[in-house]
Amino acid sequence: MGRLDGKVAFITGAARGQGRSHALRMAQEGADIIGVDIAEQISTVPYAMATQEDLDETVRQVEALDRRIVARKVDVRDGEALRAAVDEGVAELGRLDIVAANAGIFSSGAAEELTEEQWGDMIEVNLSGVWRTCKVAIPHLRAAGGGSIIITSSTAGLNGFPNFAHYVSAKHGVVGLMRTLALELAPDMIRVNSVHPTSVDTDMIQNETMYELFAPDLEPQQRTREALGERFTTLNALPIPWVEAVDISNAVLFLASDEARYITGVTLPVDAGQTTK
Amino acid sequence: MGRVEGKVAFITGAARGQGRSHALRLAEEGADIIAIDICEAVPTNNIPPASEKDLQETVRQVEALDRRIIATKADVRDYDAVKAAVDEGVAQLGRLDIVAANAGIAGTPSRAEEIPEDHWTEMIDINLSGVWKSCKAAIPHLRASGGGSIIITSSDAGLFAYPNIAHYVSAKHGLVGLMRTLALELAPDMIRVNSIHPTTVSTDMVLNDTIYRLFRPDLDNPTKDDFAEAATAMNALPVPWVEAVDISNAVLWLASDEARYVTGVPLPVDAGAAVK
Repeated sequence: MGRLDGKVAFITGAARGQGRSHALRMAQEGADIIGVDIAEQISTVPYAMATQEDLDETVRQVEALDRRIVARKVDVRDGEALRAAVDEGVAELGRLDIVAANAGIFSSGAAEELTEEQWGDMIEVNLSGVWRTCKVAIPHLRAAGGGSIIITSSTAGLNGFPNFAHYVSAKHGVVGLMRTLALELAPDMIRVNSVHPTSVDTDMIQNETMYELFAPDLEPQQRTREALGERFTTLNALPIPWVEAVDISNAVLFLASDEARYITGVTLPVDAGQTTK
Repeated sequence: MGRVEGKVAFITGAARGQGRSHALRLAEEGADIIAIDICEAVPTNNIPPASEKDLQETVRQVEALDRRIIATKADVRDYDAVKAAVDEGVAQLGRLDIVAANAGIAGTPSRAEEIPEDHWTEMIDINLSGVWKSCKAAIPHLRASGGGSIIITSSDAGLFAYPNIAHYVSAKHGLVGLMRTLALELAPDMIRVNSIHPTTVSTDMVLNDTIYRLFRPDLDNPTKDDFAEAATAMNALPVPWVEAVDISNAVLWLASDEARYVTGVPLPVDAGAAVK
């Protein structure tokens, strides 16, 4: 008996990284999946974003678990496309119980040097994209008689960090959104919580831009995975550099399941103690 | 395969209520249990005490799940007794991985300036210092296991105040400070420390006339239904209280390797009371 048997989960940013991991972990526990991903580059994002092939691979892996998945190439900045994808997914899979608003991007720059375009893309994807994701999903959750929304924030949603004010602002913003939705949707037994990861070992952090940001004093050839790991370890209380995508998925799974049926309005760090430090 | 298979959990206040529920839920998922309870009256508390018979019932139910349990009558205010119970449990069960510091009292409500000295002291000794002593006795064993998970039961009253229970609110807030300090001190040893903050839980500690009167001062003889109205008004979700198993499920998750990198976190299980 899976911990999500009979439920359907809508996941944004599902082509790879944490989003794919959420899809697989929830499918392992019995959920069917509606997965969307932009599967395209955004010009202000300094690392390669996911592709259609990545999204296809998520489909393959979910189906290998004998679960159903409806996958669509959708940008969370496009509310109409999001609505169409969720509506089609629900039409095919029958219901909606869980939302994992995971899609997000990263870029960097001192606050006074960020361009309008960098700022705009970040807020549109990491904050407004989450709002649109919830907006199109809520009617379906209500129709199912309740549900669980899990918003992926960050430790940067609880604390400030230099050199990515737009990211910190968006990730703080989703905490305000989460708390408001928790209150607005409680009468319908729809729970809303946020997860706050420390560094997660995915393509979003394992790239040149991030290495330069956290090891500016090192020569480019010295900026290795190990060197970055040492820097990241100093941010955490537990003696580890980063967590794995599955650790975030396990938190999402717990919050999605009926084991957390009375947990709402909570900011849940999965951060190796970073915010306590 | 259980989610805490092969692990051993030390649970305080295990004779009934949330403590027994934790023992059973962890045992269902494969853990063996070291259990203690005072099994005696606490003079300033407002409800009939748990008895040795209650603790024996916890033993019976854990054993019915085919798990082992070492249960001892011990008061969390007595460090030597707590240490002896944990040491004996570890000697018999082989290791220690999980601590559920659950033992607590509700005390007797009154305004802060009217709380008698002995009421204040008893509350702090049990609900705050008792948790410190429980952790202190357990930490060497967790370290010997190469890591572990401590789950401290605080309360929504550990995050914000309610009038007329200043001693309870102070003790439960104090636990958050203890949790955060332990999380930092024990992180190098891969020992995680988190706290849980329940709203009203459907147990003997709150389903009694004293609590009904505390929350319905407007009524002469408030009933459970009258209290349910007030309790529902505190929550965001339209429910009056949660069940002990809901707290146990949070304990289980934090105890399991699924939360292997979660530490220093105050986790409300509170139907949205804190966000309201």
